[in-house]
Amino acid sequence: MSMNNILEFLSLTDPNVRYVVIGSILLAASSAIVGTFTLLKKKALVGDAVAHSVLPGVCLAFMLSGVKNPVYLIIGAFITGWISLVLIDTITARSKIKEDTAIGLILSVFFGIGILMVTVIQKSGNAAQSGLDHFLFGQAASLVGNDLVVFSGIALILMAAVWLFFKEFTVIAFDENFARSIGFPVRTLELILTTLTVLAVVTGIQAIGVVLMAAMLITPAAAARFWTDKLKVMIVLAAGLGAFSGLVGAYISYVAPAMPTGPWIVMVVSIIAVLSFFLAPRKGILFRLITQRKFRKQMLEENILKLLYQLGEAQGSYYQPRTIEEIVARRPFQMSRLKKGLRNLNRQGFLKSTEKGWAYTRAGKRKGQRVTKLHRLWELYLTEYLRIAPDHVHEDAETIEHIITPELERRLEEKLRYPKLDPHQSEIPYPKL
Amino acid sequence: MEAFWIILAGTLVAIPCGLLGCYLILRNMAMVGDAISHAVLPGIVIAFFVSGSREPISMLLGAGVLGLLTTFLIEFFHSKARLQTDAAIGVTFTWLFALGVILISVFAGQVDLDQDCVLYGEIAYVPIDLWITGSGIIMGPRVIYIMGIVFLLVLSFIVIGQKQLFLTTFDPSFAAATGVNVALWHYLLMGAVSFTTVGAFESVGAILVVAFLIVPPATAYLLTEDLNKMMLITTLLGLAISFIGYHLAVWLDGSIAGAMSVVAGVLFGLVFIYKEITSRPALVN
Repeated sequence: MSMNNILEFLSLTDPNVRYVVIGSILLAASSAIVGTFTLLKKKALVGDAVAHSVLPGVCLAFMLSGVKNPVYLIIGAFITGWISLVLIDTITARSKIKEDTAIGLILSVFFGIGILMVTVIQKSGNAAQSGLDHFLFGQAASLVGNDLVVFSGIALILMAAVWLFFKEFTVIAFDENFARSIGFPVRTLELILTTLTVLAVVTGIQAIGVVLMAAMLITPAAAARFWTDKLKVMIVLAAGLGAFSGLVGAYISYVAPAMPTGPWIVMVVSIIAVLSFFLAPRKGILFRLITQRKFRKQMLEENILKLLYQLGEAQGSYYQPRTIEEIVARRPFQMSRLKKGLRNLNRQGFLKSTEKGWAYTRAGKRKGQRVTKLHRLWELYLTEYLRIAPDHVHEDAETIEHIITPELERRLEEKLRYPKLDPHQSEIPYPKL
Repeated sequence: MEAFWIILAGTLVAIPCGLLGCYLILRNMAMVGDAISHAVLPGIVIAFFVSGSREPISMLLGAGVLGLLTTFLIEFFHSKARLQTDAAIGVTFTWLFALGVILISVFAGQVDLDQDCVLYGEIAYVPIDLWITGSGIIMGPRVIYIMGIVFLLVLSFIVIGQKQLFLTTFDPSFAAATGVNVALWHYLLMGAVSFTTVGAFESVGAILVVAFLIVPPATAYLLTEDLNKMMLITTLLGLAISFIGYHLAVWLDGSIAGAMSVVAGVLFGLVFIYKEITSRPALVN
């Protein structure tokens, strides 16, 4: 796998390499674009059904025409792919069968019809039939110039359609009822989107194969969803991820010719997707775990400071050191976590450690007082404005006291007109000027 | 005799698949069953490679592990990464299936497993793939034994777990309240689906098994909502599908498993149309 190898590959001087690479990139990118909308419409698996359902159409076109002309095959595939979607809709709408059952039912039956036809054709001895089974597993290596022309045409149609109907597709993807209420022709738009899905599947299937085609629609879009909330960015990202996987898949089967292109494209895009699930900022699993831990740490520390404030209130002296036993007697913290929290607060300068226990610093008392204030303000707000019974407000205040921002704090104070007492007649402490 | 063995094999695939499928579609998990049937492929390939033969125990083990892994990954992506369910299913099974196909290419020559077999199995070879004991006694077709065992296991699973499966399917929160471990039964059911898929794999392939899992129970579901009746109808449908499917395939000279799923589809279509006609409200003039 030398540098030369990569350069030779990327230079696309070999026409066969050129067909495979450009073909893989085109189909991966265009199916990713359409897939973004089907994913957002929560119809990701519909692509899987279409992919399986084009098989009988391909066979039928071959049986009728007797040749392996990509245009005929695509027309055949298009027709049965379409019929499958209509049937799924009919079954779901007119019987108690749920959509996922209908999808599984149609895809397996159509696939069975296709398999039956493939085997019948294979035994009929038509010399041109070899290569029909490329549709099953995909054979990017067998792409020829002719296929490429068709691919590029379809890819262009797809992109142009998405460009043209971008606003409309966006609205029906996120809020169909809203689209209907502002007078969009929702049925027609869905029809167009469905047509595009079928087109994308039909294009991809020769290279990727029936089973894995679903991945080209779902996986890049699912990965892109984790990196952004903006639809335009998501589409470009999904297309980019698809194209990149197409390139890498083609490269792998170029260096190791025994390796199938389609499954490698899917493997690459799946790995990217799984990495995104874990590592993406804000939505990724790791990021969320870290945020959760941070928040739990913050809650623990604020709860300790609040507790010391309440102890001070009860005994009339805020700066007196408290032992761990005293703290635990008031609120059952988990011992190891409590100790860790105390050490952290010490490091941040909110507490100091003396022989007699832990004591507030000035900053510590200020913070403990604020949390106590927020807790009591919120309890009062819930009873005054939401008419919740005073014995039901504590739990809620326990959570919200850690979240309230200074702006919100000011609004609460103003709205409640700087109250003196909370619903349990405890004093609401304000910092002295 | 050949016809008998093939129809018997088909029935032994169709019945356990259909019985488990009843639970799958009632739990709205039809596509999870579909995903499992695809995703067991790498498990089967690895088991083939490790054991060097189609030794059923390691195959069942390999596929069982992959089936549970699939279930786990779908749940994990859904609950931890908050990925929508359909996308979680789609990403997981295509990923594992791609891995399986790549492994087949990697082990090509060392593993007697071709891609066509993955898709639609080799039920036509059932009568000639015999189990011959060490002392040379011919015991009959091997697949019949494998599927016979799977059939018995699934049947006893459903009989023994009848109450728990029923409760966890129809009222999971009540089941949990009465002390039934909902997650455990969920994984047991998925495990049973994986085992059945693998057992059926050699005869009908990883994809057509979906037709046996989903289509007969869906047909039965159109006719009744009573679980026991649904299972009974599913069983009868399984018999009919194998019998008619075999003869259709012989007549057309094509894939038997393919023909069986076509018959399953046609039967569903007939019932669907019948229901459409009979349930149409009378016109009031």
